[in-house]
Amino acid sequence: MAEATLRIFRGDQGGGTMKDYRVPVAPGMVVLDALHHVQGHQAPDLGLRWNCKAGKCGSCSAEVNGRPRLTCKTRMDSLDLTQPVEVRPMKSFPVIKDLATDVSWNYQVNKKIPPFQPREGVEWKMQQHDVDRVQEFRKCIECFLCQNVCHVLRDHDKKAEFGGPRFFVRVAGLEMHPLDGADRIPLLKDALGIGYCNITKCCTEVCPEEIHITDNAIIPLKERVVDEYYDPVLKIVKKIFSAGR
Amino acid sequence: MTDRFETHEHDVLIIGAGGAGLRAAIEAMAQGARVGVVCKSLLGKAHTVMAEGGIAAAMANVDTADDWRTHFRDTMRGGKFLNNWRMAQLHAQESPERVKELEHWGALFDRTQDGNILQRAFGGHTYKRLCHVGDRTGLEMIRTLQDRGVQMGFDVFMECTILRLLTVGGRIAGAFGYWRETGRFVVFKAKSVVMATGGIGKAWKVTSNSWEYTGDGEALAYEAGADLLDMEFVQFHPTGMIWPPGVAGILVTEAVRGEGGILTNKSGERFMQRYDSKRMELSTRDEVARAIYTEVKEGRGSEHGGAYLDISHKPADYVKKKLPSMYHQFKDLADVDITAGPMEVGPTCHYMMGGIRVDAETARSTLPGLYACGEAAAGLHGANRLGGNSLSDLLVFGRRAGLAAAEYAKGIAQPSVDTAQIEESERGMLAPFERAEGESPYAVHRDLQEAMQDLVGIFRVEEDLKKALVELQKLRARANRVKVEGSRMFNPGWHMARDLQHMLTVAQAVTISALARKESRGAHSRIDFPKNDDTWGKQNNLIRKERGEMVLRQESTRDLPDDLQQILAEEK
Ligand SMILES: Cc1cc2nc3c(=O)[nH]c(=O)nc-3n(C[C@H](O)[C@H](O)[C@H](O)COP(=O)(O)OP(=O)(O)OC[C@H]3O[C@@H](n4cnc5c(N)ncnc54)[C@H](O)[C@@H]3O)c2cc1C
Ligand code: SF4
Ligand code: SF4
Ligand code: FES
Repeated sequence: MAEATLRIFRGDQGGGTMKDYRVPVAPGMVVLDALHHVQGHQAPDLGLRWNCKAGKCGSCSAEVNGRPRLTCKTRMDSLDLTQPVEVRPMKSFPVIKDLATDVSWNYQVNKKIPPFQPREGVEWKMQQHDVDRVQEFRKCIECFLCQNVCHVLRDHDKKAEFGGPRFFVRVAGLEMHPLDGADRIPLLKDALGIGYCNITKCCTEVCPEEIHITDNAIIPLKERVVDEYYDPVLKIVKKIFSAGR
Repeated sequence: MTDRFETHEHDVLIIGAGGAGLRAAIEAMAQGARVGVVCKSLLGKAHTVMAEGGIAAAMANVDTADDWRTHFRDTMRGGKFLNNWRMAQLHAQESPERVKELEHWGALFDRTQDGNILQRAFGGHTYKRLCHVGDRTGLEMIRTLQDRGVQMGFDVFMECTILRLLTVGGRIAGAFGYWRETGRFVVFKAKSVVMATGGIGKAWKVTSNSWEYTGDGEALAYEAGADLLDMEFVQFHPTGMIWPPGVAGILVTEAVRGEGGILTNKSGERFMQRYDSKRMELSTRDEVARAIYTEVKEGRGSEHGGAYLDISHKPADYVKKKLPSMYHQFKDLADVDITAGPMEVGPTCHYMMGGIRVDAETARSTLPGLYACGEAAAGLHGANRLGGNSLSDLLVFGRRAGLAAAEYAKGIAQPSVDTAQIEESERGMLAPFERAEGESPYAVHRDLQEAMQDLVGIFRVEEDLKKALVELQKLRARANRVKVEGSRMFNPGWHMARDLQHMLTVAQAVTISALARKESRGAHSRIDFPKNDDTWGKQNNLIRKERGEMVLRQESTRDLPDDLQQILAEEK
């Protein structure tokens, strides 16, 4: 059977090294399978996360040959196996051990977002075309790969001021819910710091769920922030409209 | 002495953050209880997130003739009448309300033309009954519940594993566990505990289940003295992926068949005709799994030893819209375009119908202060679960468990915990580090999976089951001698050393129950007893720990009241 070399980061907050492991390669094998092989046969203490092995839970994120990926959806035969396959933890979050990182900050951000609030007296009817765009946002599996690549977090570490693409997606899902009545625009501008985003689209490129993060979530939200804060005429028109809704 | 450990106090401690645990937490908080939720993975990653096809509730949005009676009858028929009929009744009556509640909390299901929740067909359901969001219904459900719970302010302890339940004088006093990240121990004092830990599928080799499904809840409850019920009923889902090898076992949702998918064998024959000509592909899971298994066994299997499942006769756009994650799963992992050609599928170990014995109204176990719901609990599904009935189960009985656990907690003072129990558990957990030599827990796990797959699979026979018991004994001896490398920090090998013990306990319970039930019923098929037996049809298998030993006994089921009997008699 063919073999490949996995070069895996082994270490913790105190530092670490890249270690090589030889693994057999079976047809259709994914990087997560290879990591499990290492865990099962060579390094039982290899720290990593996974649950579904089918791209549904967003647990297995890592950087494979420098690219942020779900390891359960990265086929070994899509990689150059003449070279070692490098697997590192996501860079934007502190390492716990090996490939497991401390993503707790994301859960803190999430807590700031006001939940769905149905408008007073709504009728619980919605058309498919009205929910389509929100359903796109709700596909998010919280893999945090978009958070990992966003330069505002990755290079500038603005975790205190910036919510990150994942949470713009979440807010978009709430704001565009046909029956929602809460206002999250001040939150977007202040606590989530949407202004820091300069629409580089790196987040959209890595999203395994193919959510159009920038075009469908961030840009429309930025427009709402502009309307609310910087365009008094539009703001009045909007008020009249929403009163008549 | 408990000062040695980080300690938390709650009224109600919920073990598990899947649909069942989260719904229980929400209800217990609504009752004013202080609630803690513990889970092995990060919040939102429990099995519930993977559920695909939908949630069964007789809302009659698509087929207006549907009602709870029909849902009740379907559930009982699917479970071959071994179900706890009161649970089946409550479940059928309350699911629609629970689904609407999700919508009011922000869930967005697919819609009908007139703006209601859309419902699809599924095996064993008379009417179109499964509320869904494409094929990612579980994700929608867990996010909705998780956000609701977070907003209500529960304490969540993520990546924290419970090692044992603490009892004082035969009642619940809390639980003891460790942080996966640091390996440090932690004590939870609680007046009541809700067990919502899910299933046991990781004891089999080919499974749709994740690393979490090691039967912890069932084993911990058993160790603490609670009864387990009907452990022989393990569901093999007929359609798991079989090729390439790395993906073997990953689920192919029943929604493929619900949307019109057709099963054929290697000669292109639609073989379900021979097994269940009335319901065809939408027969119950036990029947379809046996049918595929038999086709393969008799030499009519597909290229890689399964069956072909084809949905490509539907328009490609429709398939991508209704089954998006299946489309991607096959394209990315198997190089198969399901809008253009067939998938290859075969049975995969999927769901545990048996589990902790509970009271229908309150989800109370036989151990005072311990409640159980979701896949960890038993009764609703009898001998075979219908697709979609799990997600509704989580909501209906999660809510009931949370309610009852909070009520119970109101009436009592905070119990003190027994330090001897804690110390014993700590010693057991640390032992594998102290051994100078021994094999890796992963090696023992692999052999356990092989043994269960070969000997306690879809078709069972006395000789194999007896062999399995001998194997399990040997495996237990090996598990007791494993050695763990590395430190206590985020060390999956160490965690496996413990999970292995739980798997061995549930594997033994499954095997002795399967050996005892000398008939075939639902998911339990005995080659040596291929027929239903009327006496067994009215008996549950109960498992309890007595003087350190696993003891099995039978108990008669309760007779149905006349009104429910009537419903079952109606032909539909
Ligand atoms: C791929 C797949 C698709 C499915 N599709 C459907 C479907 O379409 N419709 C349907 O009705 N059903 C479906 N099912 C079944 C259904 O999803 C599960 O039965 C259900 O989600 C189980 O929910 P639960 O709340 O009981 O457990 P889970 O969601 O599994 O949650 C268990 C929780 O317990 C925690 N836990 C376990 N042990 C411990 C411990 N020792 N200490 C601390 N925490 C612990 C885990 O971390 C987790 O948080 C599907 C299952 C699978 C695998
Ligand atoms: S588009 Fe905005 S949010 Fe996305 S990566 Fe670029 S800066 Fe970050
Ligand atoms: S938006 Fe996409 S990349 Fe970001 S967390 Fe969600 S699924 Fe992952
Ligand atoms: S393991 Fe779930 S997304 Fe990879």
